[in-house]
Amino acid sequence: MSGGLWVDKYRPRSLDKLDHVPQLSQRLKQLAASEDFPHLLFYGPSGAGKKTRIVATMREIYGPGVEKLKIDQRVTTTPSGRKVDVSIVSSNYHLELTPSDVGVFDRVIVQELIKEVAQTQQVDSNAKHKFKVVVLNEADYLSREAQQALRRTMEKYTSNVRIILCANSTSKIIAPIRSRCLLIRVPAPEITEIANTLTKIAKKEAASVQPDYIQRIAEKCGRNLRKAILMLEMGVAEGAQTSQSKDVPFFDWEVFIKATAREIISEQTPQKLLQVRQRLYELLTKCIPAEIILKTLAFELAHMVDGELKPDVIAMAAFAEHRLRQGNKAIFHLEGFVARFMATYKSFLIQVLGV
Amino acid sequence: MAARKDKSQSKAAAGIDARPWIEKYRPKTLDEVSSQEEVVQVLKRSMDTANLPHLLFYGNPGTGKTSTILALCKELYGPEVYKSRVLELNASDERGIDVIRDKVKNFARVQVSAAHSTTTTLPTHRPPPPYKIVILDEADSMTSDAQSALRRTMEQYSRITRFCLVCNYVSRIIEPLASRCAKFRFAPLPSSSLLARLTHVAAVEHVPISPEALATLVEVSEGDLRRGMTFLQSCARMKGAGGGGGGEGVEAAAGGAEVLPEDVYEVAATPPGRVLDGLLESCKSKRFDRIENTVTEIVAEGWSVAGLLQQITDRLLTSPHTTSVQKAELALQLSDCDKALTDGADEHLQLLNLASRMSAIGVTA
Repeated sequence: MSGGLWVDKYRPRSLDKLDHVPQLSQRLKQLAASEDFPHLLFYGPSGAGKKTRIVATMREIYGPGVEKLKIDQRVTTTPSGRKVDVSIVSSNYHLELTPSDVGVFDRVIVQELIKEVAQTQQVDSNAKHKFKVVVLNEADYLSREAQQALRRTMEKYTSNVRIILCANSTSKIIAPIRSRCLLIRVPAPEITEIANTLTKIAKKEAASVQPDYIQRIAEKCGRNLRKAILMLEMGVAEGAQTSQSKDVPFFDWEVFIKATAREIISEQTPQKLLQVRQRLYELLTKCIPAEIILKTLAFELAHMVDGELKPDVIAMAAFAEHRLRQGNKAIFHLEGFVARFMATYKSFLIQVLGV
Repeated sequence: MAARKDKSQSKAAAGIDARPWIEKYRPKTLDEVSSQEEVVQVLKRSMDTANLPHLLFYGNPGTGKTSTILALCKELYGPEVYKSRVLELNASDERGIDVIRDKVKNFARVQVSAAHSTTTTLPTHRPPPPYKIVILDEADSMTSDAQSALRRTMEQYSRITRFCLVCNYVSRIIEPLASRCAKFRFAPLPSSSLLARLTHVAAVEHVPISPEALATLVEVSEGDLRRGMTFLQSCARMKGAGGGGGGEGVEAAAGGAEVLPEDVYEVAATPPGRVLDGLLESCKSKRFDRIENTVTEIVAEGWSVAGLLQQITDRLLTSPHTTSVQKAELALQLSDCDKALTDGADEHLQLLNLASRMSAIGVTA
C-alpha cells in the first residue's frame, strides 16, 4: 500500500471506512446481505465517491477476492465488419467496462459482451452469490440504442447478472432503465467532511499542514473530494508546510483559463479574439475537455462582469455548451461563446459609459 | 413474451419468487384490472357474445393496457390453449416489415384447430372462441411500412385472427390501421385506485409503510401504476423489508424499518419539496450570487435536475400567483431546458440559466 497518488492510496476499501453519508453505507450493506440484490444506478457529482462505493459494495458481497484484478482487451466485430476493441477490468466475480469509450459502437458491446457474461453462470462454487456483477462506467454517455439493448438484457438474465451503472446525472438515462434499477444518489461531501478527511491524510503522511490551509483547500475544491486530495498533495509537494501564507494551489489549466478570462475582459477586438483562440487551442491540445473549459470560463466571466450581465453570460454559456455536446468541433462553439460574450460586453460598456 | 417466460423460468429454478412485483401482481382476470371500468365492461360484453373487434388500446404508460389485453386472453383461452392462440410481439425488439410478413402472417393464416375448443373447459365454463389473437405491443414504434403491411393482413384473416394494437400515442398509428380497430383510451389512474392497489400490495408483501409515504408514492407515480409498484418495491428493498417476498414470511416484516416519505422521494429520484422551495426563494431575491449558490448546492447534492424540472412545472403552472403570460414564458424556458438536458448538456449550467430566467420572469410560488 505504498506509492501512488494519495487519492488511490487512501481510497477506503470497505463500506465501514467511508466517511460521509453513513446512512447510505448502511443501506448498501443491507442490500449486499440480502438475497435479492437489485440492479443499481449510482448517480451524483464527480468526486463524491460513487466509484469507491461501488467497489466497497462488491467487496461486501464477495469478499476480498474482487480486488484481484486483471485487464483484458476484447475485440468484437460490428455487423458492418468493423473491429471494436474495449478494455475490460475483471475479477472472478465482476467485470468492469466503459462502453462509451467506443463511441457509437457501444450498442455492440452491450449486446455481445454483456450478453455473453449474462449467459454464463458463476463458475466459482465458493462464491456467495450465483450472479456476477457488471459495472458500466459513464452510463449517461451510453447511446440510446445501447440503452434499449441493455433493457432486454437486464430483464432476461436477472438470475446470472446484476448490472451496476455509474453516472453523473440521471437525465440522460432512459426511463425504462431507470425504472429497472434501484437509484442511489451519492451527494458530494460537505466542506467540513472534506476538511476532516484532508486532516487525516495529512497526519498519516506526517505532513505538517496548517489547519486554515486545509480549510481553504476544502472551500476551493468545489466539494470534489478527489480534487481536494490532489490539491493537498500538490500543495505539500510544493512545500506548503513551511510557509503558511502560501496560496492554495490550483491546477495549471485553471490558472490558464482564469488568465484567459481576464484577457477577454480587458479588450474586445477581433485581434484579441484571435489571441484567445490560440489559448483555447492550447487548452484543447492539452486534453482538457471542451465542456470543462467552457464551464470554467463562463463562471470566471460571470464573476467578473456586472450584476445585470451575469444571467446573460450564463445563458450564452448554456446555449454554447448544449451545441457543443451535439456538435463535433469544439473550437467553433468555444470561440462562438467568446465572440458573443465580447459583443455583448462591449455594447454594455458603450451603453454604460455613454461613449 | 419470450422475455417474460425466460425470466419466470429462471426464477423458478432459483427457488424463490423474486419476480418484480409488477409481474407478480399483474391482474389475472378482467375483474382485477384497476380502474378502466368502461373498457372492461365493453370487453366483457364482447366476450359473452364471442364477437371481438380488432382493438387499439392507447394511453399513458402504466395505465394497464398490456395487463388488460393479457387478462382478456387468459380469460378467453385458459392456460392450455393460450400458447397456441396468442402471439405477443414486443414491437421494440422485432419490428420491421419482415416480421409482419413472415411471423405475423403465418400465425394469422393458420386455422384454429377445433380439438381444443370442445375438450377444454375454462373457469368461465365457456368454450374458447374460434379465433386467435395477435398482440402488437408498443405498436407506435413500428415503422409505417410495417404498419402498412399489416393492413391487408388484418382484413384478409379477420375471420381467424383478431389484432390488438397497444401504443402510447395513437397519432403514430397510420390512419388506415386505426380505422380498422375499435379504439379504447386508457386514462391515467385516479389517485384512489392507485392508493387502493398500492396499499393492497404493501399489505401482502409486509412492507411497513406510513400513510403519508403511501400518499407520496401516489403523488410521484403520477397515475402510472407500474411506476408506483416499482418504487414501492425499491423502497422495500432499501429498507430491507419483505425481501423474501413470499407473502407467508411474517418475520420478514420485523427486519425492515418503516418506509417514510423521504425514502419515496429518494427512490423516485425526485428532490423533496424543500429543495424547490429553496430555489424559488433565491429566485425571488433576484440576486445572481444567491441563485448561483443555491444551484451549486443542488447540483452538489446530486439531485436530478430532470426531476426538479417536473416539480417546477407542477408547482408553478398551477400557482395562482403567477399570471398567464408568466406561465407561458416559463413553459418556453422549461421546454428549452428539458431539450438541452436530454441532449446531454451540463446540468449545472442549464439549471443556473433556467433559474436566472425564472428570476427575470418574476415568478413566485
